[in-house]
Amino acid sequence: MKMFVCIKQVPDPNTTVSKLDPNTKRLVRNGVSLVLDPGDESTISAAIKLRDKVGNSELVAVSMGPASAQEAMRRALAMGADRAILISDPALAGSDAGTTARVLAALLKKEGADVIFCSTESTDGYTGMVPGGIAEVMGIPQLTFAREINIEGQKAVIKRVIPKGYQTIESSLPAVITIASGSFEAIYPTMKGIMGAKRKPYSQVSLADLGLEASQVGEAGAREQVLSIGTAEARAAGQIIKDDGNAAQQIAEFLQRYQLL
Amino acid sequence: MANTIWVLVELEGGAPVRSSLEVLGKAARLGRAEAIVLGSGAAEVAPTLGEYGAEKVYVHADAAYDQYLTLPAVETVSKLFAEHQPTLLLLPTTYDLRDIAARLSMRNGMGLITDATDLTIGDDGLKVTVPWGGETVVTATLTQQRPGIVLTRPKAFSVEQYAGRTAEIENINTTISAESQTIRVIETVEVKSEGPALEDAAVVVSGGRGLGKAENFHYVEELAEILGGAPGATRAIVDAGWLPYSYQIGQTGKTVKPTLYIAAGISGAIQHLAGMKGSKYIIAINKDEHAPIFANADLGVIGDAVSILPQLSTEIKRRKA
Ligand SMILES: Cc1cc2nc3c(=O)[nH]c(=O)nc-3n(C[C@H](O)[C@H](O)[C@H](O)COP(=O)(O)OP(=O)(O)OC[C@H]3O[C@@H](n4cnc5c(N)ncnc54)[C@H](O)[C@@H]3O)c2cc1C
Ligand SMILES: Cc1cc2nc3c(=O)[nH]c(=O)nc-3n(C[C@H](O)[C@H](O)[C@H](O)COP(=O)(O)OP(=O)(O)OC[C@H]3O[C@@H](n4cnc5c(N)ncnc54)[C@H](O)[C@@H]3O)c2cc1C
Repeated sequence: MKMFVCIKQVPDPNTTVSKLDPNTKRLVRNGVSLVLDPGDESTISAAIKLRDKVGNSELVAVSMGPASAQEAMRRALAMGADRAILISDPALAGSDAGTTARVLAALLKKEGADVIFCSTESTDGYTGMVPGGIAEVMGIPQLTFAREINIEGQKAVIKRVIPKGYQTIESSLPAVITIASGSFEAIYPTMKGIMGAKRKPYSQVSLADLGLEASQVGEAGAREQVLSIGTAEARAAGQIIKDDGNAAQQIAEFLQRYQLL
Repeated sequence: MANTIWVLVELEGGAPVRSSLEVLGKAARLGRAEAIVLGSGAAEVAPTLGEYGAEKVYVHADAAYDQYLTLPAVETVSKLFAEHQPTLLLLPTTYDLRDIAARLSMRNGMGLITDATDLTIGDDGLKVTVPWGGETVVTATLTQQRPGIVLTRPKAFSVEQYAGRTAEIENINTTISAESQTIRVIETVEVKSEGPALEDAAVVVSGGRGLGKAENFHYVEELAEILGGAPGATRAIVDAGWLPYSYQIGQTGKTVKPTLYIAAGISGAIQHLAGMKGSKYIIAINKDEHAPIFANADLGVIGDAVSILPQLSTEIKRRKA
């Protein structure tokens, strides 16, 4: 089976507070440390486990992004993906979720994907619209919020997280499957994996390779526009106390004062 | 010309869900609100939607919407788009509506803005407020003249009553194609929890990694029970397997807006704040005086949550007695 995992490089959520550039109105990616989206680590891990369970299958990591995204792809390879493809083109800068989905779908169609894994949402843009968009362009089902995945013949069966519990749902393949964060234990790259990643096939494709026009993508193809960027209203500063043994009483008094008991 | 705002109303147990009614009320304030109700209970629910702001309701009571996810609704709403020209489709961010929105926007070439907390439609067009991180607010718009989709953050609006309003009902005459019946629901399993539902509780007591170990979470549960509230958690401890996902509060969990939110051993990451910042009063207990949660607290206590929580439970019991 041909399995694909869509991954993204994002500003490191542990070290950077994401900022928007007031001029371009895009996320600032210069001068910040970029990492493989932490959510994608769990998605890649789910994909690797499924590949190994199904057997006789290949897992390909794909990303649309700048050349620097190569680092994130290397990590996916070190974790255990078999090869990686980066779609990179200057015209893609400023693409919206719909365009991102169209571009990824063009590659996935060309590659003949059977199973396509995505995270439910990315850490930086978090629209959560790319996976369903890919499925729509490819005309295939989407199985979302998976916390358990099984492939049974030409069918995928998943346990889907819902607010009141879970659902068991199924569809035919090919299908897009999104992973509920935290449901799959992350696989950490080993030294051997890291060394081996350097020898795994890595390729880069452009828009022209996918038969797409520059005028349909990037900022030119976006249907949304940021008008202005402002500052959020801060909460009025509260009272800070240090526990000297009386904290419980002080909290109870606060609750009484505001009639919260 | 008045703006027409469509809302796709979700049903659960034969009743409209609260998030749909919240958005319907907002739609009615923006212009002419029209609802779309699909699924087994749709015919019974449709006439009740006038009271929540709908002037018209499109109805299709077909069980296929309940048996198959996403695609039947995408097909029907796309057909409606071909026949009518609403200004906007307004949807609350829920599991199912999110999946539907992604495909609808692609199928119909619509612009789409997610995570909105407010929106206006004036002479100068649509303006959507989208918070970004902790400190920034973005105002965005859609560039096309045709209808677009705006997904709103849970609890951004409150339910409104339009007493005496009766909605015109239009039955949608359509048959759902076989191609749309491909994501089949085999079973739905409810995982029951005690006490008030997290989303509706007036008091939420939440714990984070600072509790040290899973066994200490019972201090959180105990305090929640004494206060008549519900216990919640950060993703860190849900991921660590201390608790099921249903406890998670935040960007990828539930959004709560209680009168009182007590955060114990929680650092206050942006993704957690996204789910509880709207609380009326916030009390934080954290041993690190630089923890970001303190910037959002009405009362911040620098101290050990594991010892303060049980003391607080005892103290409240004493005062209530
Ligand atoms: C402040 C801000 C607000 C934005 N608001 C909107 C908006 O309202 N509407 C809109 O259309 N766009 C919006 N965007 C742009 C949007 O974030 C980007 O277009 C992005 O390419 C869409 O992806 P996402 O990160 O939202 O993806 P999501 O849909 O959240 O991503 C889900 C998953 O899809 C896969 N995936 C996503 N992107 C890629 C990729 N490049 N390569 C490989 N796999 C990928 C990954 O598995 C990912 O985890 C916004 C961007 C910013 C910075
Ligand atoms: C895409 C994405 C989505 C996410 N979605 C969510 C979400 O929906 N909800 C969510 O919660 N998180 C979410 N996160 C994770 C989030 O970024 C944080 O990692 C998480 O909220 C941290 O949880 P925490 O506060 O329990 O743990 P930590 O950040 O580890 O904080 C523990 C805190 O406890 C304090 N502490 C330690 N010991 C004690 C003690 N004895 N007494 C008192 N205090 C003590 C420490 O000082 C520290 O501040 C998401 C992350 C990403 C990347």
